Formats: sequence, C-alpha cells, structure tokens
Amino acid sequence: MMKWLRRVMTVFVLSIAVLAGWFFFRRDHAEPLPVAMRTVDAAMLKDPVLIARGEYLAKAGDCSVCHTEQGGQPYAGGRSVATPFGDIPAPNITPDNDTGLGNWSFEDFWRVLHSGIGRDGALLYPAFSYTAFTKVHPDDALAIFAYLRSLPPIHQTSKPPNLRFPYGIRNTLIAWRLLYFHEGQYRPDTRQSAQWNRGAYLVQGLGHCNECHDTRNALGALSGRQSLSGGEIPAQNWYAPDLGSRQNGGLAGWSGKDIVDLLKTGQSAKGVALGPMAEVVTKSTQYLADDDLQAIAVYLQSLPERPMAVAPKEAFNSKALADQGEKIYAQQCASCHGQDGNGVDGIYPPLNGNVSVTEPVGMNATRVVLLGGFSPGTVANPRAYSMPPFAQQLSDADVAAVVSYVRQAWSNHAPVVQERDISKYRTTPVD
Amino acid sequence: MNLCAKLKESPNAISRWLSIAVILGLPAMCPAFAVDAAASAAVPIPDTLQQRIAACTACHGVHGEGSADSHFFPRLAGKPVNYLARQLQYFQRGQRRYAPMQYMVQSLSPAYMRVIAEYFSIQRVPYQQSLVPTLSAAVLQRGEQIVTQGNPATKLPACQSCHGRQLTGMEPNIPGLVGLPYDYLSSQLGSWRTGTRSSAAPDCMAQIANRLSPDDITAVSAWLASQRPPADTRAQLAGSVTPPLACGVLAVKGSGA
Ligand code: HEC
Ligand code: HEC
Ligand code: HEC
Ligand code: HEC
Ligand code: HEC
Repeated sequence: MMKWLRRVMTVFVLSIAVLAGWFFFRRDHAEPLPVAMRTVDAAMLKDPVLIARGEYLAKAGDCSVCHTEQGGQPYAGGRSVATPFGDIPAPNITPDNDTGLGNWSFEDFWRVLHSGIGRDGALLYPAFSYTAFTKVHPDDALAIFAYLRSLPPIHQTSKPPNLRFPYGIRNTLIAWRLLYFHEGQYRPDTRQSAQWNRGAYLVQGLGHCNECHDTRNALGALSGRQSLSGGEIPAQNWYAPDLGSRQNGGLAGWSGKDIVDLLKTGQSAKGVALGPMAEVVTKSTQYLADDDLQAIAVYLQSLPERPMAVAPKEAFNSKALADQGEKIYAQQCASCHGQDGNGVDGIYPPLNGNVSVTEPVGMNATRVVLLGGFSPGTVANPRAYSMPPFAQQLSDADVAAVVSYVRQAWSNHAPVVQERDISKYRTTPVD
Repeated sequence: MNLCAKLKESPNAISRWLSIAVILGLPAMCPAFAVDAAASAAVPIPDTLQQRIAACTACHGVHGEGSADSHFFPRLAGKPVNYLARQLQYFQRGQRRYAPMQYMVQSLSPAYMRVIAEYFSIQRVPYQQSLVPTLSAAVLQRGEQIVTQGNPATKLPACQSCHGRQLTGMEPNIPGLVGLPYDYLSSQLGSWRTGTRSSAAPDCMAQIANRLSPDDITAVSAWLASQRPPADTRAQLAGSVTPPLACGVLAVKGSGA
C-alpha cells in the first residue's frame, strides 16, 4: 500500500517538474541577451582584434577538443562525447551555411552557449559543457562567435546522438535542467580581488574544470556548487582529483607555481598531467597567458579546507600484497621514480604525495602502470620523457601489488587496490 | 599460456590475435622489457633520445629490432624515415588502429615524431628469423608467385614491382617486406581489407589487399617470412622503381594496371 502511494506521488511530482520545466525553458524564457548585443552586424564580426581575442577564448574553453574528430578538420565536429547514457557527437561549428554556423545570428549562438538551447529550440545535452559556459560574459561569447565565423567553412553533416532509451528524447532534459542547470552569467564577488575573480571566471566558466573535477550523480549531474572536490569521469575510467590545496585537499602542498607549471608545461614538481588532463593542457591551458594561469592558481588556492578522509577498514591483511609490491617497485620502477618515490626533477614525476597516486579509487595509477605513456608534449616540453607500459609484463596480481605499494609507501596513505579491480582497466578504450 | 595484456586492451587486437593463434596453433608469447631496473635514481638520467623513448623501446626493442619472442611487435630498424614518421601520424589520427600505440603518440608533436622516426631509421641490427606456420610446398610456391609475378587474373601487380627486386623497399616511402614476421604481415594485409589501416589516397595497398584472398594472404605472408634477408637490406634509392598503381604516399602517378 505504502509502496503504491509512493509510486503515485513520484509520478505526480515528476509531472509537475516536467510541466514547470516546460514553462521555464520554453525558448522565449531563456535569459535575454543584453540589448546592445542584439544588433551585431557582419562588419563587427570581421574585426581582427575581436577574432584574435575569440581564438584565445576558444582555446580557454577547449572548444576544439570535442568539436574535432580524431584526424579531422578543426571544429568540423564528429568526435563523440561518451556518457553512461550513450554517445553524443559534437556538431560541426565551422561557418558552413548548410551544415555549420554559416547562417546563425549571434543571438542563436548566445542561446546555445548561455542557455543550452539549440537554434531550432531543441534542448541540448549537458555533455556539451553549457552548465559551465552559461557563466561566460556576452563580450567573450561575441569574440568566440567572431572567431568561429572566421574559420574556413567545412561541409560536414553532424551525426545524430546515439542514446539509450529514454535518453534519446530531448524533452527528458526538461526535468533535468530544472534540477541541475543554473543559468546565469558569472557575478563577481566584490569581497575578492580582481585576480581572484578572473580566476574564478575562467575556472567556473570557459575552463569548465568542474565538469570533470566533481562527482556526478546517477543522472549525470554535478552537485552544482562548483565544488571542484574531485570525481570519477563516467565512462572514461579516469579520476579527476580534488583541486583544494588547503588542509586535506587533493592539492595540499602545491604552491601557486606548481599549479601554473602544470597548466603551462604539463609537468610540475608535484606530478604530471595524464589522460584527459594531458589533453586539457596540450590543447588548452598551455596557451593561456601567465596572468590568467596565475589567476587560476589564486582561485584554486582559495578553495575551502576539506574534511579529513576516513580511512576505510581494510577487509583483509594487505601486508603480503604490499611486500610483493615493494619488490616489484624496486625492480621495475625505482630506476625512474626513485627508491624514495621522489622522482627526478623535471624528468620523472614524484609518486610520493602525488594526487594521481593517492586519489580515492586507485584507477589513475593502475591505468598508468598498464598503459605507460609520455608526459604531455607541450611548447615548454617538446621532447618529453616516457614510461613503458607494463600491461604485457605484469599480471593483474602484480599490478595490484605495485599500485597498492605506491599508494601506501612514503607519505602516502591511500587504500589498496585489489587484483579483481585491475582487469576492467585493461579493457577501457583509450580515447 | 602467458596472457599478453595487449590482447585485453584492444578488442581489435584480440580478434586478430585469436586468428593468428589459431593459424599458428601457438601460445602468444610476451616480450621482456629492457628497462635497466638495477640502476638507482641517484645516477643521472641520460639526456638522450633513447632514454626519452623508453616506452617505445619496451615493445620495439632498444634498436628497433622488434621483439624476438612476440611475433607481433614489428621491427622498426632501418625502415625509411618518411614511412615511419607517417605511420606515427596515422596512429595519432586514428587512421591506423592499435590502442596502445594510439595512446603513446597522442600528444607528440610532428617534429618530435620525426626525430623518433630518424632514430629508428638509422639503426642497423641483424634480422631475426621468426616462426612460420608449417604449410605445404604448394602454398609457399603460390606465395612466391604472387610476390614475384602478381596475379593477372585479379589484376594484382607483383609485390616486387614496388617493394623492390630484393624486397628491401625504396627510399623514402616504401618499407621493405624482408625480415617481417608472419603474424605481422598477415595482420597488416588483413587490416587494410577491414579498414583499420589506411594510407593517403589513392591507397594502393588497400587495393592490393582487396585483390588478395585470405588464402593468398596466408601464402604471401608465409613465403615472405621464410626468406632470408639479402646481405644488404638497405632500401633501394629513391625513384628506382616505377609503381604499377598510383599510391598517394608516393605522390607520383602509377603506370596504370
Ligand atoms: C565536452 C565537450 C564539448 C566542449 C568542451 C564544447 N562542446 Fe560544443 N557541443 C558539444 C556537444 C556534445 C554538442 C551537441 C549537444 C547536443 O546534441 O545536444 C555541442 C553543441 C554545440 C553547439 C550547437 C551546435 C548545433 O549545431 O546545434 C555550439 C554552437 C557549440 N557546441 C559551441 C561550443 C563552443 C563555442 C565551445 C567552447 C567554448 C564548445 N562548444 C565546447 C560538446 C562540447
Ligand atoms: C623509464 C622510466 C619509468 C619507469 C621504469 C616507470 N615510470 Fe612511471 N612514469 C614515468 C614518466 C615519464 C611518467 C610521466 C608520463 C606518464 O604519465 O606516463 C610516469 C608517470 C607515472 C605515474 C603517474 C604520475 C603522475 O604524476 O600522474 C605513476 C603512478 C607511475 N608512473 C607509476 C610507475 C610504477 C608503479 C612503475 C613501475 C611498475 C613505473 N611508474 C615505472 C617514467 C617511468
Ligand atoms: C576532461 C576532464 C578534465 C577537465 C576539463 C579538467 N581536468 Fe584537471 N584533471 C583531470 C584528470 C582526469 C586529472 C587526473 C590525472 C592527472 O594526474 O593529470 C586531472 C588533474 C588535475 C590537476 C592535478 C595535476 C596532476 O596531474 O597531478 C590539476 C591541478 C588540474 N587537473 C587542474 C585543472 C584545471 C585548472 C582545469 C580547468 C582549466 C581542469 N583541471 C580541467 C581531468 C580534467
Ligand atoms: C605496447 C607495445 C608498443 C609500444 C609501447 C609502442 N609500440 Fe609501436 N607498435 C606496436 C605494435 C603491436 C604495432 C603494430 C600495430 C598494428 O599495426 O597492428 C606497432 C607499430 C608501430 C609502427 C608501424 C611500423 C610499421 O612498420 O608500419 C611504428 C612506426 C611504431 N610502432 C613506432 C612506435 C614508437 C615511436 C613508439 C613510442 C612512441 C611505439 N611504437 C610504442 C607496439 C607498441
Ligand atoms: C603499387 C605499389 C605497391 C605494390 C604493388 C605493393 N605495395 Fe605494399 N606498400 C606500398 C606502399 C606505398 C606502402 C606504404 C604504405 C604506407 O605508407 O602506409 C606499402 C606497405 C606495405 C606493407 C606494410 C609494411 C609494414 O612495415 O607495416 C605490407 C605488409 C605490404 N606493403 C605488403 C605488400 C604485398 C604482400 C604486396 C604484393 C601482394 C605489396 N605490398 C605490393 C606499395 C605497394
């Protein structure tokens, strides 16, 4: 009886949410564009200064990373964003008249970026980071639009999304948006410095850092608080760590310089960028001006203290595992990362105190051991050093042992990983 | 059976490996790594390319000799530099697919890939004889015939007509076919047929692979893999062969066929 009632109530509440959502998110209810911006003419969009600024901002927003297919023409679309609900291809955003933004007005573009509503009024999937881009200032949006319009038009029809039922129906997003989308430009915090505000604007807006660095719920939604407190990236098997640098934060012990170094060069005294973060660095942050990177560091360093992580009880005695791991470490890893886990400055990252080693799940270290790889190739580090893959050489048990060891050696105190956790990372696709 | 993890990493490789394992009836064997583990970090890390590319040499060997015990990690030593640099770009663009290779080269710049290609192209190391499945003399003869004469019935030109009389390739774009393991040869010809490997259009090797039947692929690969490489394995001089089909990577017209 109670169960039955609850079910009816749920359906009722959901219907109200859907109706309310429909009311608020009809096209005409999107936050309007400032009056002065409604009359953008073609001549304005040709201003080379505006275009150059737009190019810089598009880098800051990493727009090309999703909107370019592997090996494809820049911005011509095609790369799919994998989500637990299915694949959503990013469309062609070159100025082609038939298949791109050729006939778009600035208002059309603004509605996409700011409100997540397509030109035809369709609700867009939040795989496109508009929950962050909504914070972008109209002047910056205009510059990006001018830049996109200056690109060579490429005729390439965008692919439709491939989603599991019922996610393929765009109107399922109505309720989602009502719950999780907070439309609105960035509002400066007057108690903070201009530099802090610039950092917050870049991190929360174009940088969309929180899109990866926060935990998503079962509906693929973020907490909405821009917490940057770390989370697993669904469907990709990488963990984007907590970016707090005060007590108990993932970046505790990082200086402002370490943060700037990582974003500029892909390396820092505290660790290197890996996987999706390597791509963020190589395609986006390495191109940011030093002022902007410093502003980002200032903002990240102001994130609040984090609660102390409660160490989970080990379900079994992990000593044998760690002993086995220590042996493997001495044989296979110490020559580069050092017996003391402190690495070699500028060449091999330290594993002692490294946030990708100690993140809660243990997936980053596991994947690096399996895959190996180069530090990101950047302008500042064009001939990076590399780590061999150990997938062929180490069994699941050995990988679990060595990863557990590095998670507990030196100053590290992270939970061990177990043999049964390893095999799924062997099969994760790399893109 | 020692399970090579790369099998698990790419479903593509799995199916390829399975078919190879079936053909050979052999367990897959995995390469040993050449990382000097005894060295301590106190010893300065050499500022050399060889040190930087430790990841590549773990699979392909310090001098690009390929791995003796796994028949799938190809030799890179002595291959034409343009050819090697181009393959790295193909992996980066997803035009050639093998997940661990694609991950490796993800963020390397074209200039760095060129330097790495140069390193491997100037290595001179002896060829290793690799295992060849036991096949009848008739099959091997058919392989030899295709390599040296082609097959007029399917308009298949002789492999020699591009890869050179001694099958050592031609600078700077055509790789040699000598000394390559059976597994590697057959899987490459297979990938051209299934589209997981492609080259600049017009892709002559795709046309060729499509004119070969699966039996032809076995015959050709087995014959090639069982030949002793000639004393001089350097690629022929640039321009010394006239390809019978147009190849995008050669940027010269073929003589038609
Ligand atoms: C994380 C990947 C990702 C990033 C980063 C990203 N986009 Fe997108 N974008 C998408 C996806 C996916 C869609 C399609 C959404 C849908 O179909 O609902 C999209 C849609 C769009 C559209 C609508 C195009 C159309 O034809 O309807 C525009 C315009 C756009 N993006 C511009 C941008 C700009 C400008 C940036 C950088 C500031 C950017 N995107 C960054 C993934 C991304
Ligand atoms: C030849 C030198 C070398 C050896 C041997 C080596 N590594 Fe690495 N390691 C590197 C380099 C270079 C990087 C940075 C590039 C990358 O991410 O792969 C790295 C990165 C890492 C990272 C990620 C660090 C970060 O900052 O995110 C971990 C974890 C790691 N290695 C663990 C190991 C373990 C465990 C072993 C032994 C099983 C090992 N490494 C062996 C060179 C090496
Ligand atoms: C596409 C997902 C993604 C986005 C967007 C992203 N990150 Fe990350 N980030 C990661 C992952 C995954 C890691 C962990 C791997 C690693 O160690 O680099 C990471 C690690 C980091 C680290 C720790 C460095 C380290 O490597 O040990 C810093 C600092 C960081 N990110 C800052 C940022 C900032 C600032 C932004 C926004 C400009 C950002 N990230 C955007 C995925 C992302
Ligand atoms: C995990 C082992 C592994 C690692 C690490 C690796 N490779 Fe490979 N590589 C392979 C395999 C296997 C192939 C054949 C793949 C295929 O085409 O099916 C290959 C193919 C190649 C080819 C094409 C060879 C030819 O004759 O066409 C080149 C060139 C190459 N690798 C260079 C490199 C370089 C440079 C690196 C380091 C950046 C590297 N590889 C790292 C396993 C590896
Ligand atoms: C019309 C010229 C031409 C002919 C004829 C030709 N090839 Fe090729 N072959 C090429 C070119 C060009 C490449 C390099 C492709 C690239 O760069 O991706 C190549 C590459 C290859 C490779 C890849 C080698 C490696 O190291 O990965 C194999 C295997 C191969 N050819 C086998 C054959 C066989 C077997 C035949 C005869 C049945 C043949 N080819 C006939 C032009 C030719």
